[in-house]
Amino acid sequence: MTSSRPSPANAHDARRSLWYAVLVGAGIMAAIDEIVFHQLLQWHHFFDHATPMIGIVSDGLLHAAELLAIVVGTFLLIDLAHRHRLAARWAWAGVFLGMGGFQLVDGIVSHKLLRIHQIRYGVDLLLYDLTWNLCALALLLVGTWLYRRARRLERS
Amino acid sequence: MPSAQGYGSDGSPLAWLPLVLLGLVTLVYLAAARRQRLSNNGWSGWRCAFFSLGSMLLAAAVAPPVMAWAHHDLRGHMAVHLLFGMLAPLAWVLAAPVTLLLRSLPQAAARGVTALLRSLPIRSVSHPVTALLLNIGGMYLLYLTPLYAASQHSVLLNGWVHLHFLAAGYLFCWSILAGPDASPHRLGLRFRLGVLFISMAAHALLGKLMYGYLWPRGTGHGVEEIQAAAQLMYYGGDLAELLLAVALLCLAHRHRPRASPGVFELHGDQVGGRQSVPLANIQKRVVQRRG
Repeated sequence: MTSSRPSPANAHDARRSLWYAVLVGAGIMAAIDEIVFHQLLQWHHFFDHATPMIGIVSDGLLHAAELLAIVVGTFLLIDLAHRHRLAARWAWAGVFLGMGGFQLVDGIVSHKLLRIHQIRYGVDLLLYDLTWNLCALALLLVGTWLYRRARRLERS
Repeated sequence: MPSAQGYGSDGSPLAWLPLVLLGLVTLVYLAAARRQRLSNNGWSGWRCAFFSLGSMLLAAAVAPPVMAWAHHDLRGHMAVHLLFGMLAPLAWVLAAPVTLLLRSLPQAAARGVTALLRSLPIRSVSHPVTALLLNIGGMYLLYLTPLYAASQHSVLLNGWVHLHFLAAGYLFCWSILAGPDASPHRLGLRFRLGVLFISMAAHALLGKLMYGYLWPRGTGHGVEEIQAAAQLMYYGGDLAELLLAVALLCLAHRHRPRASPGVFELHGDQVGGRQSVPLANIQKRVVQRRG
């Protein structure tokens, strides 16, 4: 994602770069979750019998959304870049906001409200849940900082 | 354990029949492609490669030892299902066999095929929603009812199930991509992505349900075998549907009119551009080319 346009990105391009990158960021975080916690560590269980039916169904929808987000978001960013309209600073802000946003939704909605699966089984969950959601907040903070920076640099 | 009779383990020559048919179909495709290349029309080498790839994937699935494995082991069945219903059909659709057929047939016959493709039955099964129901709906029916157990005891039913996988998988891939063979429908990219989204979610959900509630039942498969097969369905399905999504966006990106604002900012009838032209135009083009 390198684009140093001679003229500053217009508002429309900036907004699109941001949102398309949010899609990619959320998809990346979902993939990291799947690879690290499901496959490598095997902490997350593939299926948890404590999950209510609505949780299983929404998990399927969320899973499909993650997969499509990463493919569609990447294509949209490539499309912008081809037309020299990618605003890289906004895109980086979007990636971090997407990653943090997904992590937070996953930590609160999927793990706690829908109870699709827990972070780890057979341990005191409080510390794990706190770490998970604080990581999400840290990613969101980085994203917010990048967002403010992109806006400031555009004004100057 | 159900016996594996009639699936190649007894070495009956009939078990090799699908492989022979597959070889014939591939040879016919390649011969027709060669004829196009020798005349001035040309035919993409990529399409030949895609058709051969699809045939090889199918050949791997119908080889008698694999069929025998698939018959007594649910993991084998799921691997065969992935090849038959998802990966091989995608490769074949990308090879544009219908376009090649239309170009190779004599004019009168090509017109007949075009009329057939425009007929109501083909129009209805090639709509993404119908294809989705045939494809994923068929899977729910097979795995969450006693149908799967029944198919293990009947050679005929088992063969029909596999043909259904292949036909429904092909229709689904074609209806979502709406190309490279001309689709009888003019549906927007967003709509087709939406149907693909539902399909991915339904597929993932079925994998979870099979894992959690140990379907298909009444088959004598162990818990671990069913769970491994369900995970194979879940992750293998992810891979196949990701490839389909990538193919869809590649086609849409390639056919984007040059001056357009972006892939997603087109209207339905613009998206898919050249591959969504009505069949009548295709017929006209084919005839012109030959003339």
